[in-house]
Amino acid sequence: MRIAVSTTGDTLAAAIDRRFGRTAGFLVVDLDSGASEYIANSQNLRAAQGAGIQAAQNVAATGAEAVLTGHCGPKAFRVLAAAGIAVYLDAQGTVAEALERFRSGEWEPCEDADVEGHWV
Amino acid sequence: MKRTFAVASGKGGAGKTTVAVGLALALADRGQSVRLLDCDVEEPNCHVQLGVSLTATEPATAPVPEVDTACCDGCGACAQACRFHSLAVVRKQVLVFPQLCHACGACLYACPQGAIREVPRRIGLVRQAEAESITLVDGLLDVGEAMASPLIRQVRQREAGTEVTILDGPPGTSCSLLAATGGADHVLLVAEATPFGLHDLALASEAVRLLGLPVSVVLNRCRGTAADAQAFLAERDLPLAGCLPEDRRVAECAARGGTPYREVPGFGAAMRDLLARLLGEAA
Amino acid sequence: MKELVAISGKGGCGKTTVLASLAALAESVVLADGDVDAPDLHLLLRPEIQQRTPFVAGFRAALDASRCTGCGRCAELCRFEGIRMADSRPVISELHCEGCGLCVDQCPVQALSLADATCGEWYCSATAYGPMVHARLQPGRPNSGKLVSLVRKEARELAEREGKELILVDGPPGIGCPVIATVGGADLALVVTEPSPSGQHDLRRALELLRHFRVPAWFSVNRADLYPEGAAGIRAEAESLGARWAGDIRYDSAVTASQYEGRPVVLCPDSPAGNDIRAIWHTLQKEL
Repeated sequence: MRIAVSTTGDTLAAAIDRRFGRTAGFLVVDLDSGASEYIANSQNLRAAQGAGIQAAQNVAATGAEAVLTGHCGPKAFRVLAAAGIAVYLDAQGTVAEALERFRSGEWEPCEDADVEGHWV
Repeated sequence: MKRTFAVASGKGGAGKTTVAVGLALALADRGQSVRLLDCDVEEPNCHVQLGVSLTATEPATAPVPEVDTACCDGCGACAQACRFHSLAVVRKQVLVFPQLCHACGACLYACPQGAIREVPRRIGLVRQAEAESITLVDGLLDVGEAMASPLIRQVRQREAGTEVTILDGPPGTSCSLLAATGGADHVLLVAEATPFGLHDLALASEAVRLLGLPVSVVLNRCRGTAADAQAFLAERDLPLAGCLPEDRRVAECAARGGTPYREVPGFGAAMRDLLARLLGEAA
Repeated sequence: MKELVAISGKGGCGKTTVLASLAALAESVVLADGDVDAPDLHLLLRPEIQQRTPFVAGFRAALDASRCTGCGRCAELCRFEGIRMADSRPVISELHCEGCGLCVDQCPVQALSLADATCGEWYCSATAYGPMVHARLQPGRPNSGKLVSLVRKEARELAEREGKELILVDGPPGIGCPVIATVGGADLALVVTEPSPSGQHDLRRALELLRHFRVPAWFSVNRADLYPEGAAGIRAEAESLGARWAGDIRYDSAVTASQYEGRPVVLCPDSPAGNDIRAIWHTLQKEL
């Protein structure tokens, strides 16, 4: 199973980036093999609008089945839901800590966006 | 003699609507038919000062893409073509985000299957009312809608057919101001003779000059001769169309929902003078 | 850290006057001017610019004239008057081009491309009251909402870095894109209005917007003594719509005088408006 985590760095020790659409990047981790791949999000950081939508499409293209992030707006959530990707919010600490929490099974995926879109 | 005057201001609350309505009434008093288009679609207020209710309403729309799922093969070309990210494709399914759409048509041309057509989506209302020989048209943007320009363009489609059109523009210097004033024969900028007012006037005049439109300025709420404000205009080559004195009665009248043109002594005459100067008659 | 934004619906109601005074009263604060189309806050707070950064957002079409055959397809397709033909050559209007890329996609000889568009500039500055983030959008350029979001983000980061407790944001007029970008996610919005039918009408729309974005709404009627009955009516209606009254402000010629002096009115001794704003601050402070 592949998991995408919004983060500021490209290692498991990197800090979580609490933003989804305008995160610095995503670390996509294969839980079975332990292999990871970093996807930069710099293009979306500069997008005039719709960064969350584009980031969600990029995550979907990696084959990830779950996203661990801080907050998620309604538009990005809609794309992720359509792609069948579960969204786990309020991730904190490092990528490794978030993955640990995910593995513990005590983290419920959210049913809806938790913040209003920034519109732009 | 079809002519279009746009009334605008860099800063809100400068008296733009009072002047636009005053000019329309001054024209009406000459027995001329006039069309007043309220293009301040975020906060249209001309109807309040004219004391009319806008009974004839029509939904205003902007085109958005609709995907025919029978033809769509989920190739994703539309989402790639849309620089505004108003389309997304995941699992061969197209999602549309209408509020981000600029109605540019890029997705339409990008679709190799011809599966996209445009359908209208409501963004607000265009409203109309008649008062004496004034036809008032305004746009009212739905709350939560971000883009005013398409609605402004729809209000302006009702420009034709009369002798003189007065446009009441939005405050600020944004794309809405350009949509509201573009193509006008003359832009009248209303500015309060205060530091805030003059600063925002300079910004608005820059925007209007980009459009290459002739511009002049009405200084509002002047104390005395407003010499420093006049000097400010002279430095920037901005012609002065008129000065309106600081008069608490105008503010109070507008506050009550009255019509300063009719109710405040001297204000009607000042508007008639201003109109004469705008029309190029000797004042 | 909390974020308070001042908006008004109708322009000219005095939100900048109020916000600048709150800036002078608050102790640990970062200031942000969210009115990037016609910013005024700097006239009262006199910031000293320490860093300027260009604001790049969206795209603009660019023509490679050596490839162009002058077929005119681009001008025919553009829906924004962004390209017109002159002497069989396309001319791009920087003012009208929205950067949609339709012309780029459809040019039969790939003579067009999209370039990053510089739409303005933003600044980090120092004021006597605290650091300030502000910006200036080039006249007529789109993406004002994006620039407002950027100003707020930078203000937030600055507040975190410097350990400030409060961000005060001066919002733009209206209820459109830049206002939406100003209020989303704020802790408290203060709507400043005036006792007129337009003030009331626009307050109603601003409150609707705040409800839509679930931002706690407070309001204040400026120049309330110009028309006390009107102010009372506005108060009753706003409260029935769920907004809370922060206090009214009296008409005061010191407000204009303070603009000439370039300082918040609350610093003018014995100013009625200044005293009223001080009372408003005490009320809001409890809420924050």
